Amino acid sequence: MLSYLIRRILYAIPMLLLVSFFSFIVINLPPGDYLTTVQQQLQSQAGMSRDQAVAMAERMRARYGLDQPFVLQYANWIGGIVTRGDFGYSFQHNRPVSEVIWVRLGWTLLIAGLCHAVSVIIGVLIGIFSATHKYSIGDNIATVFAFLGLSIPNFFFALVLMYLLAFHAGVHVGGLFSPEYVLAPWGWDKFVDLLKHLWVPVVVVGLAGTAQNMRIMRGNLMDVLNRQYVETARAKGLSERKVIYKHAVRNAIQPVIMYMGMALPFLIQGEIIASIILNLPTTGPSFYYALVNQDMYLAGSFLMMIAVVLVAGNLLADFALAWLDPRVRYD
Amino acid sequence: MSSNGQEERQKKSLSQGQLIWRRFKRHKLGMIGTVVVIILATISIGAPFFSPYDYTEPDFGQAYTPPQRVRIRDAEGNFTRPFVYGLTQEYDEVTWERVYVEDKDEKYPIRFFTRSWEYSVLGLFDTDLHFFGVDEGATIYLVGTDHIGRDLLSRIIYGSRVSLFIGGVGALFSATLGSFMGGVSGYFSGKVDMVVQRFVELLQLFPQLPLMMALSAAIPTTWPPLGVFIGVVFVLALVQWTWLAREVRGKVLSYREEDFVLATKTAGANDLYVIVFHIIPNCLSHIIVVLTLTIPNLILAESALSFLGLGIQPPMVSWGVLLSNATNLQTVGENPWIMLPGVFILVTILALNFMGDGLRDAADPYS
Repeated sequence: MLSYLIRRILYAIPMLLLVSFFSFIVINLPPGDYLTTVQQQLQSQAGMSRDQAVAMAERMRARYGLDQPFVLQYANWIGGIVTRGDFGYSFQHNRPVSEVIWVRLGWTLLIAGLCHAVSVIIGVLIGIFSATHKYSIGDNIATVFAFLGLSIPNFFFALVLMYLLAFHAGVHVGGLFSPEYVLAPWGWDKFVDLLKHLWVPVVVVGLAGTAQNMRIMRGNLMDVLNRQYVETARAKGLSERKVIYKHAVRNAIQPVIMYMGMALPFLIQGEIIASIILNLPTTGPSFYYALVNQDMYLAGSFLMMIAVVLVAGNLLADFALAWLDPRVRYD
Repeated sequence: MSSNGQEERQKKSLSQGQLIWRRFKRHKLGMIGTVVVIILATISIGAPFFSPYDYTEPDFGQAYTPPQRVRIRDAEGNFTRPFVYGLTQEYDEVTWERVYVEDKDEKYPIRFFTRSWEYSVLGLFDTDLHFFGVDEGATIYLVGTDHIGRDLLSRIIYGSRVSLFIGGVGALFSATLGSFMGGVSGYFSGKVDMVVQRFVELLQLFPQLPLMMALSAAIPTTWPPLGVFIGVVFVLALVQWTWLAREVRGKVLSYREEDFVLATKTAGANDLYVIVFHIIPNCLSHIIVVLTLTIPNLILAESALSFLGLGIQPPMVSWGVLLSNATNLQTVGENPWIMLPGVFILVTILALNFMGDGLRDAADPYS
């Protein structure tokens, strides 16, 4: 088991380096940089002449190392991250990237994690119910729900939910807190207020995952229930409950766990777009505005951190699978 | 006995295509999905014919008209042919908002195959024939109008062109790229396989949407709408092809050792020939299934990108562009019908998913 863990972790390191390099390339693709925008602003708003503005932009480029060749820029950036935890400078926020991203990444992980937990638990439970009550009314409703859940665009669902809540239920939506709690110190009331806001993104983002898990669980359990060992378990007189939960579910749940690593990207991308609409203080809106404004270090750091989270998520899923299924370890 | 055996033989003589079709017909949801997809495709191809109004023409006097109800019973309760009431504008005395009130004295029957605005068919000839409309003096806004009084239905119909086209062409493009890369990777194995697979893994490590967002942010804003459109197709395909490459690689690996490949090689065919003419055709049913299931993904991605303003740029319309008008909660609250393009996205994706599901079950008729 230990050698398996170490092998997997060692394998992840070059992957992380590649991911960071690739992120940096992608973020550098757009023509121009943030300082091109600054230069235009200086010209139009500060009344500088073109030459003055260009000179000023050049000075700033030199200061932030943006005039260096591409590979050197990357080396500086990744070197700063590894040695000092310095992700570069966010021009838009006017402070280091690391001050901007950690809090936001925390909220993103919290929401994505909650969605993950909810979608796995509810999805698996509905899946078990569906498979054991094949073609019943409940199963059919669940199937329709799953198809709807997989087909509805995240952002559209967020929009409709927001509309219904705001105009038909009269609830405050958007953000993580009601206005009166935003600056309030932490306390029970604030926590309750947070929960009142948090369920909206969790439902929006978790819906597709729940549907997916349910489909996988239903299909697998239906396969497994036809196996001979299930027949044997029944024949030797075990209660139906034991047959299903101890024998069938245990074998049918593996693909769901394998899928957990794959589900993370969907959750994170769902979270990103839902947050932009619901105006949550997570990575989503910030990443979006960083892209639009060419705040390259911020956008690049977000893109990379999201991928890093996925690498970690895949690792965890692998470990969970290895722990659950001894066959995997000796691969 | 003998007649039974004969039947059996006849069954066996059905071609692969016939078997697939027979199996597909039994998948009810798949059939429904296919019918919906065909209807949507027809409407989007004949967009000008089906649009009652010119989708670019603003009518500032009709801004934010709510959807008009089509009635089949008149004021006395008698059934008649479908008609709409004329609209008059009034002002709410408290809020001073513009409200539209139905004028029960003015009845306008809906006419089919009427003539209104002009359009050209394939640049060959001009015509003004439309599927439906009402007489001069009345309006027919079945799903309302937008902020400058353009008919939302016509915009949705035209938007379907871009949305469906991006889904279809993007999927085709990524399928070509994916099956070629997957084919090469699986066929040669060894070092080539290693490099391609690591690259695929690298791309798959990024969640698709943020990657697409970053890549489409790289499309210069100075490009004309058509250029941006092509750019978006490229971005979508570049991010999406890896999934298909994986699937095809798996299939190719299993076919590589088959006798027919060996036979072709012995006959002197080169590797490219074997991949393109023998291995890929064998995976074709599988590729088509994945292709069908890729289209809804791309439509979703395009609408999300355009919704955020990173995809298709106005004046070109897609469903995502139309929905981007619905970002302001206040506006949505007063004019909820501007969310309707989302319903079209939902229905399209649902239909395509059903169709793909049916195809997947049918693709392997011997199972």
